[in-house]
Order: sequence, then structure tokens, then C-alpha cells
Amino acid sequence: MSTDRIGQSLASAFELDHGWRLHPQVSIRPERFGALLYHFGTRRLSFLKNRTLLTVVSSLESERSARTACVAAGVGADEMPAYVSALAGLAASSMICERTAP
Amino acid sequence: MTAVAAPSHRVGSLVEQFQFGLDAPICLTWELTYACNLSCVHCLSSSGRRDPRELSTAECKAVIDELERMQVFYVNIGGGEPTVRPDFWELVDYATDHHVGVKFSTNGVKITPDVARRLADSDYVDVQISLDGATAEVNDAVRGVGSYETALRAMRNLADAGFTGFKISVVMTRHNIGQLDEFKAIADRFDAQLRITRLRPSGRGADVWDELHPTAAQQRTLYDWLLARGDNVLTGDSFFHLAGYGEALPGLNLCGAGRVVCLIDPVGDVYACPFAIHESFLAGNVRGSGGFTEVWRHSELFTDLRRPQTGGACSSCSAFDACRGGCMAAKFFTGLPLDGPDPECVKGHGESALAGVDGASAPRPSLDHSHRSRPVPVTLGSRPPVSACNENPLAGLGAPGR
Repeated sequence: MSTDRIGQSLASAFELDHGWRLHPQVSIRPERFGALLYHFGTRRLSFLKNRTLLTVVSSLESERSARTACVAAGVGADEMPAYVSALAGLAASSMICERTAP
Repeated sequence: MTAVAAPSHRVGSLVEQFQFGLDAPICLTWELTYACNLSCVHCLSSSGRRDPRELSTAECKAVIDELERMQVFYVNIGGGEPTVRPDFWELVDYATDHHVGVKFSTNGVKITPDVARRLADSDYVDVQISLDGATAEVNDAVRGVGSYETALRAMRNLADAGFTGFKISVVMTRHNIGQLDEFKAIADRFDAQLRITRLRPSGRGADVWDELHPTAAQQRTLYDWLLARGDNVLTGDSFFHLAGYGEALPGLNLCGAGRVVCLIDPVGDVYACPFAIHESFLAGNVRGSGGFTEVWRHSELFTDLRRPQTGGACSSCSAFDACRGGCMAAKFFTGLPLDGPDPECVKGHGESALAGVDGASAPRPSLDHSHRSRPVPVTLGSRPPVSACNENPLAGLGAPGR
């Protein structure tokens, strides 16, 4: 599938040091494998495939930046690119947005 | 386009995860009433007359409270014709006020210009208009005289109110597969989205399935059309049995019954899926002591469905990984064993299996709320194809975990 490629090109543009938050129209439901996300505006469903990513996404709002959210959740340097790619994917589908954005 | 967002180490594929079930359904169909102004010949819930045991307004609100606690994102409301319940709009408002989104299926009878404007104002309500022919002739033969005009008027009202992206929901039959491009044109005309689903031999559908289900050649036409033009067309994952042709169609190629999908019927009975209204697939009732949550999480039937399934006679087939044996309800109501081929198996195994089945011995639906006074001729009848879990719960996603 092409999503991996899209993820990589987006990842380079993802502002890891900016403040992020869950989009106000998005609900998160934790599940054993991670979590389900649902955007009421776009009516799209998405998935967080593990619990660490759930911790990262849940703490975006209270953390200074996406990077500090990852570090606080225990994401190691070697894992960081995968998490940045995941966050970029979530940003591209409006599941998360920058805190400064309206 | 939503990407499956996540590093994928440490967990199996999402499909594997889904087979074990979730803490709450992704896609929940809730039929609010068996009452309907129409009597469609293929009605999968044999609707027509209201059942005196239907859930009261207070009981419906209690179910919504539970769905909110379980974080069910949205419900697909159907019937019967749900909008004929006097408390319908009250329940829609109650659900959206409690963070449960609503998509409801209707034949359009109550979608006046006023209602359309109200609906257009809500971010949390989606509407699905049932239409089973791109022309009145084809539609009304299945859904009843005048039902085409009713549906088109509802669509005009929604479009005039600025409601874009509502769904036009079509059950594919032998008579309308040739109209796929015309259906798409109707959806484009109203800035709506086309959704096509599979005809099941459920409810009154059992009586007309032999005459209405697509021929083998038409199935191939449908599959080719979906690959060529199906980008922005929803299917509710209902054609996953066609994956046996080779290429998987978008979505979750898995029977979600009791795993990610279920049905609450008007009297509160919980079934594994909207196409399986039969006591064999009845898991419990929301009026029970543990409510819906208990049924979803602990009922014997759902626990059983979440165990690894065997492919039975299909295990040795080269297409089994793609089609997973097809639709449970389609097999059940045509009298086929659940661990064998789908009656519309693209390899032709269903046809030969059906040849060995005595049609009269196929299980009949447990309930029938059909109108008594109105005969339902095969060539002229009606009723909306009640929502199924028709909305693809993974709309816009690639095949997860693959």
C-alpha cells in the first residue's frame, strides 16, 4: 500500500517540536491492542496499534511538544522515526492538530 | 484518506485482533421499530407492523447511556422505518447530546424540507436513503409503488438544505447491477455518496433470493466495477466473498458478526449481525440484568464467535484466505453448513452445495412482522433495506494490517 510512502514524505514535514493536541471532534477508545479513534467531522475511523502510541497521543495536549510526549512515553531514539510517521499520518487525517491552529 | 497510524511491531494484524472481539462494537446497528410504511420484498427484518414489546423511550435512552459509557462512536439506526417512531427525533438528539453519533437509514418518507435543514445543521447525524433501482420501474418493483419518488424527493430536500455527503444505499440485485453507473450519477447529482450492499436471503429476502440475487456473471461485473470505479463508493464490506476473484476489495475482509458488529432489534434482542435475525444468532437482550454491555462482552454466542474458526470444506480452497468462506447469514438461510462455501462462492462451490440442499429445509426467520393485509407480490412490494452494518467501519482505510 502507498500509505507507507505517504507517511514518510509527511514525516519530514511533521513539526515534532510544536505543541499538538487531539482534534476536538475526535474520540479515543482504548482497546487491548491500542486504541480506536473516530473523527465525528470526517466520519473516519483510525487505529493506534499499540499502547505506547496511545500514551503519546493522550498526552499531547499536556506536553510541551510532540517530542516531549514521545520521550515521556518511553519512546527510544531508534523508535522515534516510526512514531513520527504515525503522528504525521494522524495529522494528515486531522485526527490531531497543532495547538496554535484554530 | 486515513492511514493506519502506528508502528506495527508487537501486535498481530488488526484483522487478527478483531477476530478476538473488541470491548465494544465498532459498528452497531440498532433497529428502532418493526413498523414500516413500505413492504419491500427483500426486507431483511420482515418488517411492517410494530411489535408491542418494542423498547420504550426511557429504555432506548438507557441503551444510549450504555453506548456512551462503552464509547460506541456511532450507531446505525434502522428498522422498519425508524422515523415513524414518534420519539425518533428525541432519541437522535439524546444520542448526539451523549456523544453517540447517529447514522440512520430511511426510505425518505419523513425527510421534509424542514427536517432536511435540521439534519444539515448537525455534525453528528448522517442520513442514508434507500434506493434499489436507478429508475422508478426497477426500484418500485422491489420497494413498492411511489417509493422511488419518495426517495428522490428526500434527496432533493437534503441537497437543497446543503446536506452534502449523505448516503444513497442500494441493495444489489439481478435487476439493478446493470444500473451501477446510473446510481453513481444520481449520487453525484446530489453531492451524495453511493453505498452498495449485498442482497441477503434474510427475512423476506429468503423468499425472493432465488429470483433476485445476482448471477455469477453479474457478480463478476460488480467486482470489476468496484475495482474500476469503486474508489468513493461504500460497500459496508458486504462483498468480501468477491475477494475470491483475486484482488481484495477495500475494507475489512472478515465477517465481523459478534466480533466488531452486532444488531439490537426493536424489542432489545441482540443478534450477531443485522442479517441474522434468528434464534441461532440471538446472544441476549438489553433488558437483561447486565444490559447490552454484558451481552456484548460475555454472552456465550459472542464468546464462541470470537474463538478461532475453522474453514471446514473451504480450508483447502486457494481463495479461502481472501474470502474466509463468505457470509454466515447467507449460508444459514440458504440451508448451507456454516463451515462450507458461501451460496454465491465465486469459485462455484456454492452452487454445487446448494444443489444438494432441500430448499424447504432451510431455516426460516424466527420473526415475521410483515403487514398482514397487504399481499406482497414478488414483482411489486416494498420496505427499506434496513441498514446493516453497512457503513464500512473502515471507510477510507486500506486493508488493515496487511
